[in-house]
Amino acid sequence: MSILEVQNVNKSFGGLKALQNVNLSVEEGTIHAIIGPNGAGKSTLLNCFIGKLIPDTGTVNFNGQSLLGMKAHEINQTGVSRVFQTPEIFSDLTVYENVMIPCFAKRDGSFSLNALSRVKQEIDVHEKAEQMMEDVNMADKKDMLASSLSRGDKRRLEMAMCLAQDPQLLLLDEPTAGMARADTNNTIDLLAEIQNKRHITMAVIEHDMHVVFSLAQKISVLAQGTVIVEDLPENIKGHPKVQEAYLGGAH
Amino acid sequence: MIDKLQNNDRMLMTLFTLMVLAGPILLAPFGAGYPDLLQRFCIFGIFAIGFNILFGLTGYLSFGHAAFLGVGSYSAVWMFKLLTMNVIPALILAVVIAGLFSLLIGFISLRRSGIYFSILTLAFAQMSFSLAYSVLTPITNGETGLQLTLNDPRILDGANTTGSLPSTNFFGLTMNSTAKFDFLGMVLQFNVGFYFCAVMLILAFYLAMRIFRSPFGLMLKAIKTNQNRLNYTGVNTRPYTLAAFVISGMYAGLAGGLMACTDPLAGAERMQWTASGEVVLMTILGGAGTLLGPVLGAGFIKYFENIFSKINDNVLHSWFSFLPDGLEDLIVWVLHFFVGKGWHLTLGLLFMMVVIFLPGGLLQGASHIIDWIRGKKQSSSTQISNPNSMPAE
Repeated sequence: MSILEVQNVNKSFGGLKALQNVNLSVEEGTIHAIIGPNGAGKSTLLNCFIGKLIPDTGTVNFNGQSLLGMKAHEINQTGVSRVFQTPEIFSDLTVYENVMIPCFAKRDGSFSLNALSRVKQEIDVHEKAEQMMEDVNMADKKDMLASSLSRGDKRRLEMAMCLAQDPQLLLLDEPTAGMARADTNNTIDLLAEIQNKRHITMAVIEHDMHVVFSLAQKISVLAQGTVIVEDLPENIKGHPKVQEAYLGGAH
Repeated sequence: MIDKLQNNDRMLMTLFTLMVLAGPILLAPFGAGYPDLLQRFCIFGIFAIGFNILFGLTGYLSFGHAAFLGVGSYSAVWMFKLLTMNVIPALILAVVIAGLFSLLIGFISLRRSGIYFSILTLAFAQMSFSLAYSVLTPITNGETGLQLTLNDPRILDGANTTGSLPSTNFFGLTMNSTAKFDFLGMVLQFNVGFYFCAVMLILAFYLAMRIFRSPFGLMLKAIKTNQNRLNYTGVNTRPYTLAAFVISGMYAGLAGGLMACTDPLAGAERMQWTASGEVVLMTILGGAGTLLGPVLGAGFIKYFENIFSKINDNVLHSWFSFLPDGLEDLIVWVLHFFVGKGWHLTLGLLFMMVVIFLPGGLLQGASHIIDWIRGKKQSSSTQISNPNSMPAE
C-alpha cells in the first residue's frame, strides 16, 4: 500500500519549470530514495511535501489525505517528520531537552497551555525520552548542550527527535551531506537499524550513491523536473536513461 | 539529580521570600529602607519578571510594555473612583484590562518577529501614549493625569463625610500607614503598602518559576533557539508566543495597578517609550532568561536612580572640599554631568559595561565571582593536600 502518493505535480518559478508532471508513490514500510543531478528538482519536490511550497497543479496525498495548503506543524501532526540537510536542533538547550520537546508535541498536540505542570513530573515523557536516548546511543551525552555536539551526533540527535514522535513517514533531505565517510557509514547503519526495528517508511533525497544503494529498496531518478525512472536499485545502476541524465548523454 | 533541582528551587523560593520580606531591615543601612523606594523595587521587580517571560524565554523583544503598565494604572484608578478604595478590585481590573489590551496588540505584532516585532510594539505603545495624552482625555484626563476627587461616586464605600480624599486600603488596612522603629541608630519603616507589594512580588516570582519549569516554558525556550525546527516538530508557535505576550502584559498591568495602589494617580508619561526602554534595561542588566536577574536589575536601576539623582553640586562640593579650589571645581564640574538629572549618563555607562563585559547580566557577574572564590579555595586546598603532586623536575 502506498503511504505517500504524488500525482501530476507541476511547479514553476517564473519561466523555469522546476517540476513537470511528477508522479511518485512511496510504499509503506520501505526506504524510497529520490536521486538526481543538481537542479533536478529534488528539494522543490520535498518542499511540496512539507507545506513550504504549494504546487501549481497536482496532488500530494498522505494516507489518502491531501497535504496541500496545510501548515508545517499540521503536516507534522498527521505523522510526517523531516530531517534537514543541516541538522536543525535546539542548540541552546540540552540534548535531553531537545528530545523531550517532540515528546511533548506528540502528546499535547500543536498547542497546550500546561504552564503549571512541572517538566520533572511528566513521567511518560521522561520514559519516552530516555528510551530515545538509548536507541540512538546518546544516553551518556544527554546533559550536554546540543550546540557542543559533533556534526554526526547532531544528526543522530535530530533523528532521535523525529523518531520520538513515532512518525509514519520520515523525510530525509541529504542526511549525510558534508559528513566524513565514517559518519556517513554510522548514519547508514542507524537508518537501517531504524528501518529494521520500527518499519518506518522513509523518503530519502540523496546525492551519495553509496548511501542510496546501501539503503534504498526503491529509487526514483529525477532529471530536469521529471521522474525519468522509478525502479529497484539493481535495475537503476545500468539503466541507460539514468546514465544519460548523470553523464549528459552517454553514447 | 532531579531531587536536587527541586530542592534548589525550594531553597531559592525560601531565600527570595525571606530577603523580600526583610527588605526594610536589610536595605536600611544603604539608605534605601523607606517605603516609597521599597515599593518601587517590588513594582518594577514584577514588571521586569513579566517582561522576562516574554523576552527572556521567547527572545521576542517588546519595546512597548509600558503601555500595559499605563493601562493597568488607569484601570486601577478608575476602580478607586467608581467602586471602592479597596485595592483588590482595582488590581483585578488592572490585570484583566492589561491582558485584553496585550491580546490585541500581541495578536497584531506577533505576525512579525525580530526587529519588526519590536518596532510594531513600540509604535503601539507610542500610539497609546498619544491617545492617552490627547484624544482620550475624558478617560485619562490628559496632561494632568487621572486623579481622585471628592465627587467620585465610590459606590461601595458610601458617602465621604471627612472632606478629605480617602486613601487606598486592603480591607481596612491603609496602604500608606507605616510603623517606625529605632534600631541601632537607623529608623526601620514597616509599611503596609510595601508588604502588600512584596507579597505580590513573591507570588509573581513563584508563578514565573512555575512557568520556567513547565512544558510550556520549555516550548518558549525552544522558540528562542529554533522556531523552524519547532514548526517541523508539530508545534504551532503563534499561540505560544501570544500566550507569553499576554502573560507578560498581565504582569505589567499588575505592576501598573500596584503603582496606582501606592499612589492613586495615573499619568500618560507612564506609557512613554522611555518607560518601555527602562524595563528592557532592567532585564538585560540583571540577566535575561534567568529567574532572579530581572528583579536584581530592577532593584539596581531604581536604587542607583534614587542615590545618584539626589546628589547635587552642593553635595559634590562638600565631598571634595578638602581639595584645592581649582581642582575641586574641576572635579565637581566633571561629575556634575553624571549625577542629579544627568544620572542617565551614569546608567548608560553602567549598561554599556555590563553588556560588553558581562553579556549574561549582573547575575552572571555574581556567579563568576562565586566560581572564582570557590576555584581559589579549591586550588589552594588541593595544593595543600597534595604537596608532592608537583612534577619532579
